[in-house]
Amino acid sequence: MLEVTSLSKSFDGFKAVNNASLSVKEGEVVAVIGPNGAGKTTLFNLITGVLKPESGKVVFKGEDITGLPPYQVCRRGISRSFQVVNVFPKLSVFENVQVSVLSRQKRTWNLFTPSAKLAIAETDRILGDVGLMEIRDGTSAALSHGERKVLEIAIALGGNPEFLILDEPTAGMSPEETTRCIDLIKQLKEKLGITILFCEHDMEIVFSISDRIMVMVRGSTIIEGTCDDVRCCQEVQDAYLGGSDACLT
Amino acid sequence: MNSSVFRRKLPWVIAALVVLLCFPLFLDRFYVYLTAIILLTGLCATSLNFVLGYGGVFQFHHAVFYGVGAYGTALMITKSGLSPWLGFIVGPVAAAIVGLVIGVICIRLSKLYFGMLQISLGSLVWAIVYRWYSFTGGDDGIHGVPLPDIISSSNGSYYFTLIVTAVSMFILYRMIKSPFGSALQGIRDNPVRSEMIGVNAKLQQLLALSIAGFFGGVAGSLFVVVDNTVFPDMMFWTLSLELIIMCLLGGWLSYLGPMVGAAVIVLLRTYVSGITGYWALVLGVIMMAVIFFLPNGVLGYLDRFVKKKVRNK
Ligand SMILES: Nc1ncnc2c1ncn2[C@@H]1O[C@H](COP(=O)(O)OP(=O)(O)O)[C@@H](O)[C@H]1O
Ligand SMILES: [Mg+2]
Repeated sequence: MLEVTSLSKSFDGFKAVNNASLSVKEGEVVAVIGPNGAGKTTLFNLITGVLKPESGKVVFKGEDITGLPPYQVCRRGISRSFQVVNVFPKLSVFENVQVSVLSRQKRTWNLFTPSAKLAIAETDRILGDVGLMEIRDGTSAALSHGERKVLEIAIALGGNPEFLILDEPTAGMSPEETTRCIDLIKQLKEKLGITILFCEHDMEIVFSISDRIMVMVRGSTIIEGTCDDVRCCQEVQDAYLGGSDACLT
Repeated sequence: MNSSVFRRKLPWVIAALVVLLCFPLFLDRFYVYLTAIILLTGLCATSLNFVLGYGGVFQFHHAVFYGVGAYGTALMITKSGLSPWLGFIVGPVAAAIVGLVIGVICIRLSKLYFGMLQISLGSLVWAIVYRWYSFTGGDDGIHGVPLPDIISSSNGSYYFTLIVTAVSMFILYRMIKSPFGSALQGIRDNPVRSEMIGVNAKLQQLLALSIAGFFGGVAGSLFVVVDNTVFPDMMFWTLSLELIIMCLLGGWLSYLGPMVGAAVIVLLRTYVSGITGYWALVLGVIMMAVIFFLPNGVLGYLDRFVKKKVRNK
């Protein structure tokens, strides 16, 4: 479904992403792992058009989307959440998700119908799915960090995506919030059939929900394979998992 | 939720309109004139706030559209020989087009740079109007613009201004509450995220800039009706500064904030400039006081005050 080939991007000569490759098939959950600063977020920015790659190619559903602006990428069915919380602070929780739904419904040029009458059911359904219904009318600026991370995902779901990119969805969440968030991701895959690409630091989470894993170090892909492949790969252990000899279990 | 807020406020809006409709019955001519000036200036400030407060665009030179609207109307009436009513369409449309053109040139730049380039381009428009003596009357402006009988009397011009302002304010309100308005506020809050949910941010902002230009132009046309004159100072940058202060003073997150700000500033300008020549100084002090003491403006302050009272009960 998504085919990323030898993507590169540098900042002032520093190669943040260097020849990274990745492929995701329809229905899969794929994790990108790697130490801080490995270039995971930059890779996601390149795929979604927030940054333009210097070289390489991004193909989605057979179509070359390299370097398209984010709104074009989104309209082709890719949504994402951000690592650093990136919501609409002056809008209410409901409005945060609603504006995303309205945008997908191509209604943002509608100048005269009150928004208050549009996209209500769908927005409420998403808020219900992710468990934000109780704080529906609060302002997003007043949310806890964990709630805001969930809102991040809810906004992305407003686009009714076929393909969802999650950048460290559980970072900074309490253990309970993390459990709920993992359940949510599993449901998105199983119930809605959304293909998911995500990155995450907690290896337990990664191994428990991913079909395949891509390991990134210093901007490059080291290995791409199943959980078992990655667990036993010597390079990964040297570079990332602390260099112990035994296979991780 | 939103519609219930609207319904709660509706009686107040109607009451205010009724009072305004009755003004000419018991107020002096001068005060009727002043009220009309407040209304149209408030409309101009509200149209600025459409892009400034709701769109997050640093429109630093909004007076240009006010001026273009006024000149468009006055020139159409005095030079074309066509129906004067046409002037009231030509003025705002011209302002919308200028808004779009300046927008297209500036939109690539971010925030402050947008504002800077906009000031330069706006000053260019001002300079053209100021210098093109044979067409615009230069710094003399145009006086005694002939108007259709029904709006040429003091009361006629007042009612015309009141109705057009009320209708324009209603249209702008609907737009802010529409999906277009939702997207616009999303862009203000977070442009990157807006693009990531499929919104073409620059294009939305360009339409917003044209709309703001249009209603700025409507306000300019109304000035022609109320004052019968146009002059280049209508699009001088100091007026733009006043408009920004009106938004900040009244509260740029409250829909009626700029209207309240306009009332305060117009009244102060009328009375203070009678006492002292240092109007610019007074304005500067007001600006600083607002930034320090009322960061959310008068209405923002009242809103919070009322909410606190309610919570304490
Ligand atoms: N906009 C930017 N400008 C300059 N350097 C950047 C920028 N974004 C990321 N980097 C650098 O690129 C590297 C990779 O960052 P990032 O993609 O955020 O890593 P990760 O998400 O894997 O932690 C880091 O060294 C970071 O400092
Ligand atoms: Mg990151």
